[in-house]
Amino acid sequence: MRFIFKTDYTQDIRLFQHGGQIFWYGVLGVLLLAAPYLVSGYVLSQLQFICIYSIIGLGLMLLVGYTGQISLGHAAFLAVGAYTEALLQAAGMPFVVSLTSAALLSAAVGIIVGLPALRLKGIYLAIATFAFNVIVEEIITRWESLTGGNHGKLLKAIEIFGYRLSSQESFYYLCVGLTVLAVLLLINVLRSPTGRAFVAIRDSEVSASCMGINLAYYKTVSFALSAALTGVGGALYAHKVGFISPEQFTLIQSIELVTIVIIGGVGSLHGAVLGAAFIIMLPQGISIAKGWLPDTVPPAGLQSVVFGLILVAFIIFEPYGLYGRWLKIRTYFDVFPFYRRGTFRRQRSYLRSERLR
Amino acid sequence: MFSQFLQLTLAGVAQGCVYALVALGFVLIYKATETVNFAQGDLMMLGAFFGLTAGTILGWPYWATILFAIVVMAVVGMGIERVVIRPVLGYPTFTVVMITIGVGYVLRGVVTMIPGWGTETYALKTPFGDGVIRFGGAVLATEQLATIALTAALCLVLYLFFRFAKLGVAMQATSQNQLAAYYMGIPVQRVNMLIWGLAAAVAAFGGILLAPVAFVHSNMGFIGLKAFPAAVVGGFGSVPGAVVGGLIIGVVEALAGFYLPEGFKDVAAYVVVLVVLLFMPSGIFGETIRKKV
Repeated sequence: MRFIFKTDYTQDIRLFQHGGQIFWYGVLGVLLLAAPYLVSGYVLSQLQFICIYSIIGLGLMLLVGYTGQISLGHAAFLAVGAYTEALLQAAGMPFVVSLTSAALLSAAVGIIVGLPALRLKGIYLAIATFAFNVIVEEIITRWESLTGGNHGKLLKAIEIFGYRLSSQESFYYLCVGLTVLAVLLLINVLRSPTGRAFVAIRDSEVSASCMGINLAYYKTVSFALSAALTGVGGALYAHKVGFISPEQFTLIQSIELVTIVIIGGVGSLHGAVLGAAFIIMLPQGISIAKGWLPDTVPPAGLQSVVFGLILVAFIIFEPYGLYGRWLKIRTYFDVFPFYRRGTFRRQRSYLRSERLR
Repeated sequence: MFSQFLQLTLAGVAQGCVYALVALGFVLIYKATETVNFAQGDLMMLGAFFGLTAGTILGWPYWATILFAIVVMAVVGMGIERVVIRPVLGYPTFTVVMITIGVGYVLRGVVTMIPGWGTETYALKTPFGDGVIRFGGAVLATEQLATIALTAALCLVLYLFFRFAKLGVAMQATSQNQLAAYYMGIPVQRVNMLIWGLAAAVAAFGGILLAPVAFVHSNMGFIGLKAFPAAVVGGFGSVPGAVVGGLIIGVVEALAGFYLPEGFKDVAAYVVVLVVLLFMPSGIFGETIRKKV
């Protein structure tokens, strides 16, 4: 068991709390760098997807997990990022410009969506974002001169400063690099006053505003940042898939993105990455499990059942998600043999309506 | 010109009634538990499949079909509450919302696995015939008229239930303050279970009414997504609101489909809900929300 004696306030906001973390994150970094030489092409492709979904998951985690605003419309930001990238690349813009534009445009759309969010709470916000998602999907389908409608758009390989990223490895390094940047960005935001304001808003809007936090400003910032990250994820997604069409950005996709956050563990950056890995590997696991089942079971139905069951099981049995499970295991060994079941118990509260008659 | 408008409005009203029925299910659960049941559309789909089994496969008469679907679905609804909702009682509402989304996935998948249901599309016959009634230049199919009449009847019953019945009042009390409801001797957990049963039964009713219009298949639950706007426009937590919201969405959709360019029909409902939320954050009939610390 490790005891960290804090003698200075700045110790609280250090990037790494102790030497062990530096070591293990170093090992992870080396493994990530060496991955193209260690694993097969298929696994590498899955790793690219995990990185892309991690970026999106991190964006959503900031909004849902840290600011406490529910969004069922993040597929729309994904679509904005993906289509911006596709159109600007077709127009001959360099990748750096198109990626930045994808992030900025998504952020701008995020601010527009964030505006009603200032007045809406809880489920009304979820439904407003969900309505927004449907509208964006329909606009993409109908605006054929720009987006190609249902025929979709094709993308070419990325070119950075004259160097073509046509190989699997180079694209993998780009994805990993951007994921690391996204993580560092969020860590920095979260340990700054802005991040503290987000958490305060999540925990109680009333007390946050009493402490002098401008709710409207910080909620908008949170929406914009979250949308920008999702837009970057969308741009990478578009390149990874190579072909984008409106049916990739439906409400179902939005729900899947929220599932990343829930399964990973609400309120932890680790959770976003773990959840992304889980969601990417799930179809793989299901198709392996399919071999043991009779042939009469339709694959689409099976996927839907397993997905639903996992979601429900996580919420009921492991509300802190994969990262929470890891924390519990670690604590168990840290304090062995003194672990108590009640350590991580959540508080139940009696429901009280805020509606007045 | 006017008769055309009337015709469209009537068609919209009939369609709106179906939205209203699904929205009623949302409202029922919201009223009692302050959560939104995203699986409502899928419960409706399941109800329609039970109706199909009784009516087409077993060959029962129409009234028996409805009764069968309602009873079975009420049991299914109570079962869902007991198994997955009760363990998270007292946790934040978004938790429950995500659970209902998961339940929706499971229901949709399970239906495709059951032999005799599967991924096919079925039609359900009704005894209302295919006659039409002329109505000042517009025509209304008897099926649509039956839908409107049955919805109206159901709404009246539910309204009276919440206004006068002891259980209905208990449900409202539970929603407003669980702890106080406990103190007043209301068995909160049992009330929650009953309300899930009631909502599932209403969903089954809606599914059977919708079946002649939309056919029965495993994805028909997605119509529930149109019913959200209906419930929001009317204001969650208000039975008359759900009906008014459903009718508004239905009529707007029918008119937008005819007078506006292609594509507006599908998003009309969502545009309406965004506009309403922008000006009335808790819907037309919504109660005042005031945060107390």
